Amino acid sequence: MSTILIRGGRIIDPGQNLDQVGNLFIQDGEVAGLIDGDISTDQVIDATDKIVCPGLIDLFVSLREPGFDEDETIATGTNAAIAGGFTSVVCTPETSPVIQDRAAAEFVQLQAERAGHCNVFPLGAVTKNLEGKELAEIGQLVEGGAVGFTDVKNPITNAEIMRRALEYTSMFNRPILSHPQVPELIAKGVMHEGFYSTMLGLQGMPSASEDIMVGRDIALAELTGGQIHFISITSRNSVKMIAEAKARGIKVTAAVTPHHLALTDESLLSFDSNLKVNPPLRTPEHIEALVQGLKEGTIDAICSDHQPCAIEKKSRELTLVPYGISGLETMLAICIKELIEPGHLSWSELIAKWTNRPAGILGINKGSLKTGQDADITIINPEKEWTVDPSQFRSMGKNTPFGGWKLKGKAETVLVAGKIQFQAE
Amino acid sequence: MGGTINTKSDTLTWHRKHLLGLEELSAGEISLILDQAAKFKKQANEGETKNNSLKGTVVANLFFEPSTRTKTSFNIAAKRLSADTVDFTAASSSLSKGETFIDTAKNIEAMGVDHVVVRHSTPGAPHLLAKHLKANILNAGDGTHEHPTQALLDIFTIRENLGSLEGITVTLVGDILHSRVARSNIWGLTKLGANVIVCGPSTLIPPQIEKLGVKVSHNFDEILAESDCINLLRIQFERQRNAFFPSIREYAHLFGMNGERIRKAKKDVLVLAPGPINRGVEITPDVADGPNSVILDQVTNGVMIRMACLYLLNQQRKKNPQ
Repeated sequence: MSTILIRGGRIIDPGQNLDQVGNLFIQDGEVAGLIDGDISTDQVIDATDKIVCPGLIDLFVSLREPGFDEDETIATGTNAAIAGGFTSVVCTPETSPVIQDRAAAEFVQLQAERAGHCNVFPLGAVTKNLEGKELAEIGQLVEGGAVGFTDVKNPITNAEIMRRALEYTSMFNRPILSHPQVPELIAKGVMHEGFYSTMLGLQGMPSASEDIMVGRDIALAELTGGQIHFISITSRNSVKMIAEAKARGIKVTAAVTPHHLALTDESLLSFDSNLKVNPPLRTPEHIEALVQGLKEGTIDAICSDHQPCAIEKKSRELTLVPYGISGLETMLAICIKELIEPGHLSWSELIAKWTNRPAGILGINKGSLKTGQDADITIINPEKEWTVDPSQFRSMGKNTPFGGWKLKGKAETVLVAGKIQFQAE
Repeated sequence: MGGTINTKSDTLTWHRKHLLGLEELSAGEISLILDQAAKFKKQANEGETKNNSLKGTVVANLFFEPSTRTKTSFNIAAKRLSADTVDFTAASSSLSKGETFIDTAKNIEAMGVDHVVVRHSTPGAPHLLAKHLKANILNAGDGTHEHPTQALLDIFTIRENLGSLEGITVTLVGDILHSRVARSNIWGLTKLGANVIVCGPSTLIPPQIEKLGVKVSHNFDEILAESDCINLLRIQFERQRNAFFPSIREYAHLFGMNGERIRKAKKDVLVLAPGPINRGVEITPDVADGPNSVILDQVTNGVMIRMACLYLLNQQRKKNPQ
């Protein structure tokens, strides 16, 4: 019987409305409750002035294995995840082969077990080869451990297919994770369509492209009773439509990424290929609406949308580089900078976006410090000052626009099922 | 606006390593290039077509997109300054063997190149080279972003004819959305105090362009009378993903320059076109070859402008050897 005491930390568990300084007792890999006073344990972790919360969950992470191990592997991606404070990552199926059958879903989990860093929950493909034409074997994928379904960054343009997919997945109580974009409106797009795309002559991606698909998917969710989750929303109108849909009881949820809160289209003046993301970085007006959506609960979660990318793929002409940011190792601190420091969210509100809310979206038994839960715990040092140095990333993807940023707040200790998987130096 | 623009170049010296766009240049810096080009033109008119200022240097023309005029113009400019020149086109290159753009450029630089003239279909490609190479980079057109030497030669031609840019009205007509020439012209013209109107179908005017300090019009006939210069941009058929207008006939009807419109315009209106022109689309032959047209002067002046740019960058390079 192994025991750990996490002593003197500020314990925040939004699911239980818990925010108090105390001692957390862990026994045999499970949370065994809050303890008054001292108790003799095998191990003591001093968490004075630290935040102790449920392990962070990332709803949308590309681990690239199998098939693209020049970008990332399950081992390197999950190693990056724990350094970023995550105990669970939800990984995307745009691998080669695509995760569209039970064997592929099980392979991902097996590789994660072999790597031994953190929990990995696979997402399965909605349609075969992510082509948006025929449904993948969703039932088989559920049995293989898929917690949700997505065609990743390929929008399912055929509304009939999306309708049937929502109906079919609802049978298994699993959500569809949608990337809401109209492909024709963002074809060859590099950045948000607006003043700066005009100035730079870069192909624009109008926010209307997102609004249209958010509206369509909400209508289909209402029609079918299916559950839709928007992977990463960026537009003011999306926030409005989702708020209205939620008020009507439609099963819709949404997430944002830290980079869409921290950066605007103006940053593209540098032509830095690390700023090319899909959906694109937008304007301060859109960011304001996203922050408001987070405050009001319209936006449920924050995900990194981790898209690691080999350096040779990103050091090319802007039109040729793939979209995406390597985001696992900067998410926590960027959120603190954009949401805690300006006073937009309380710690408890922010932690909810990383823990019990994403767990609720997927229906997984994580993101809580209730007695009997797996002891997946993140201890955050909120005062730790550090400078982003991509060369020090555990992720193979060094593609970050945040290199050189001075940030505050970092994961100090990360436990997965009661085992210390990460300890800051 | 008048009086606040410093277009005096005699007190200025050139200090830039690259010529990436007109956005980053001051009115004084632009004037410096124009004045240098004027000197070269005067020398050429006096029979002194060639000098030794770039002797011993190598100018590489890296064209990743088709070009006849600009490449030839840079070539002649370099040769008139006694530089050695090397030409590179994408079709004949290792790019077809999978080599990246940066590696290709680095390899060519390693052969001993001082100045790289680059044309590329991607905005920012010259800026990317500027980060990776030690050579001076001259942007000869990057996608739909900037084409600084073309705008400089347009402005030079206007200044040569009208004396000054201040207070005059220049109308850019046509495909503004896909035009790097338009963007560079807007930066240069507004910095030198000209009023700029962009005129074209609403599908070919990019959003929020007024924020660059220009007036937008969709009615060519309405703005003819107030235009001192009309620059007719080419319809970029190769960049059009979709139909931006119903037919060429309708385009020519609404936005083409023809004899009738010349009669409605100011008597001595200057007609420019960056070329290559689609005769009968943007401009009818009678106007292209008529008395208001300075299209061929533009081409002549292009050599002078490119000589001036190469010359100024080389002077700076000599001051700060690598």
